[in-house]
Amino acid sequence: MSSTTVAPAVREETPFRRFLSEFAASKIAMGGFIVFAIIVVLAVLAPWITPQDPYDLGTIDIMDGRLEPGAVGASGITHWLGTDDQGRDMLSGILYGLRISLTVGAGSALIAGLVGASLGMLAAYAGGRTDSVIMRVVDLQLSFPTILAALMILAFLGKGILNVVIALVIVEWAYYARTVRGSALVERRREYIEAAQCLALPTRRILFRHLLPNCLPPLIVVGTIQVARAIALEATLSFLGLGVPITEPSLGLLIANGYEYMLSGKYWISFYPGVALLITIVSINLMGDHLRDVLNPRLKK
Amino acid sequence: MTVYLLRRLFQSLLVLVAMSLIVFVGVYAVGDPVEILISPDADQAERARAIVALGLDKPLWQQYLVFVQNALRGDLGRSFVYNEPALQLILQKMPATMELALGATVFAILVGLPLGLYAGLHPDSGGAKAIMAGSILGFSLPTFWVGLMLIMVFAVQLGWLPSTGRGDTLWGWSFLTPNGLSHLVLPSINLALFKISLVIRLTRSGVRETMLMDYVKFARAKGLSRNRVTYVHVFKNILIPVVTVVGLELGSTIAFSVVTESVFAWPGMGKLIIDSINVLDRPVIVAYLMIIVLMFIVINLVVDIMYSVLDPRVRLEGQG
Repeated sequence: MSSTTVAPAVREETPFRRFLSEFAASKIAMGGFIVFAIIVVLAVLAPWITPQDPYDLGTIDIMDGRLEPGAVGASGITHWLGTDDQGRDMLSGILYGLRISLTVGAGSALIAGLVGASLGMLAAYAGGRTDSVIMRVVDLQLSFPTILAALMILAFLGKGILNVVIALVIVEWAYYARTVRGSALVERRREYIEAAQCLALPTRRILFRHLLPNCLPPLIVVGTIQVARAIALEATLSFLGLGVPITEPSLGLLIANGYEYMLSGKYWISFYPGVALLITIVSINLMGDHLRDVLNPRLKK
Repeated sequence: MTVYLLRRLFQSLLVLVAMSLIVFVGVYAVGDPVEILISPDADQAERARAIVALGLDKPLWQQYLVFVQNALRGDLGRSFVYNEPALQLILQKMPATMELALGATVFAILVGLPLGLYAGLHPDSGGAKAIMAGSILGFSLPTFWVGLMLIMVFAVQLGWLPSTGRGDTLWGWSFLTPNGLSHLVLPSINLALFKISLVIRLTRSGVRETMLMDYVKFARAKGLSRNRVTYVHVFKNILIPVVTVVGLELGSTIAFSVVTESVFAWPGMGKLIIDSINVLDRPVIVAYLMIIVLMFIVINLVVDIMYSVLDPRVRLEGQG
């Protein structure tokens, strides 16, 4: 064996590699990851792969309205998943809707994670009055059902994508704050934090460069689950007519649009966007469920 | 103990005041109610009269003081749309929501307990794995979409059950008439879905823990039949946590009924609030939010007091 073949063996011991191989060990989690990756790719590529631009009124023919799945429209397009009442191709609508659902879900989870993690770390690091004030607010926030808090905020702010994101962030940050505070309380007593304090590093640097990376594993688990929850909540709010505007239909709004046709047996307008929503949420949850096991040091030998 | 109770009571009051302020400012700061409530054809004099009649000409803080004074007398304003007292409007819809929430709770227990019991007693069987996978699905499925699917299958395709409304009512309750009861089935199942999963998981872990207890081993050693041990000794003990959690969940069930009521056009508080938000009927929004907030504060208070009675550590921490 030459020395060049030894190098990869050493690299394999890095935490990230170990994490990757442990994650890949679960077939279910890998399945979830692959499905989710496909969904993301399809959503990103939507403008180039969909048979129709659902927002371009020029390509939509109202005469194609409510076609059954598999029917061929006037423009020669085969509508594999049927069309809605306006004659929009459902498959195209779903892929474009996924873009909005994923953006809102991931965006709100990211912002909420940033806000929540910062406040959680601050609470753990500062302790005392700061800690009790922040955690009191967290407790209050968590004692109300998410749907109610989101409803309240949207009743104040009105509809719109930005307002939905704001509502989701306000509803979600507390989960991150509580999680990060828990692990930060343990980490802040470790020697490396003491060392950083002795070096008189600025607090912000200690928090974000030293404390945060060591609080990441539980944060990632909560983050994954919260993305799924955010997507579901956004869909629910949009279904209730309080979420995204009609010009930017997410999956929830597509489902709401098909509601009135469901009673006359035209199921596909609501059914397929729901299936897309379901697959997205379940694939994220499967990943999150397994991440919890992989990243939990207590379960390791 | 008394100090702790008073302190906790004071905190709840503080939260209530803070929430009332947030709700009031939030709702009244959105848009201009004048634009929405008064017909654009109205002339200046008519507009001015309407503004005074609705109290919209006063500064916001004065409107809030009037609101608080009235709220203490049980008057949360009149609905702009129905021209009825908002509180009365909501209380009228309350039985429908309560009925739905209780129906869901009954379903959750009837379905969740046996399934959880089975999964706990035979944790390695295929059935148990299917049940647990199903419960993950119950947690991740969006309620409103499941509601639509229930309508599609049982109301449209099979035609077994009605899909919308409350049906016939007797003294304001649906479950007292056969027709009303049939209307109650689908919405209750829909609202119960999340709770069924919860009950399954609670029961399963409860059974698995209890089976290892000494008193269960002793009962077996005493020669009691397996059924008697399971259904008398184990079952009684897992009921306590399950009933506690299901009871605590009542508040969030009422909150989540917003979704189910919208799907099934169930005329309860949840549907009322969604309709009110869509037409910006502010007094009703404020009244609904205040009632729900009050309900949650009371539930949380009761839970905290119960915990402090059971666990002295909570009390001591509260005094520190």
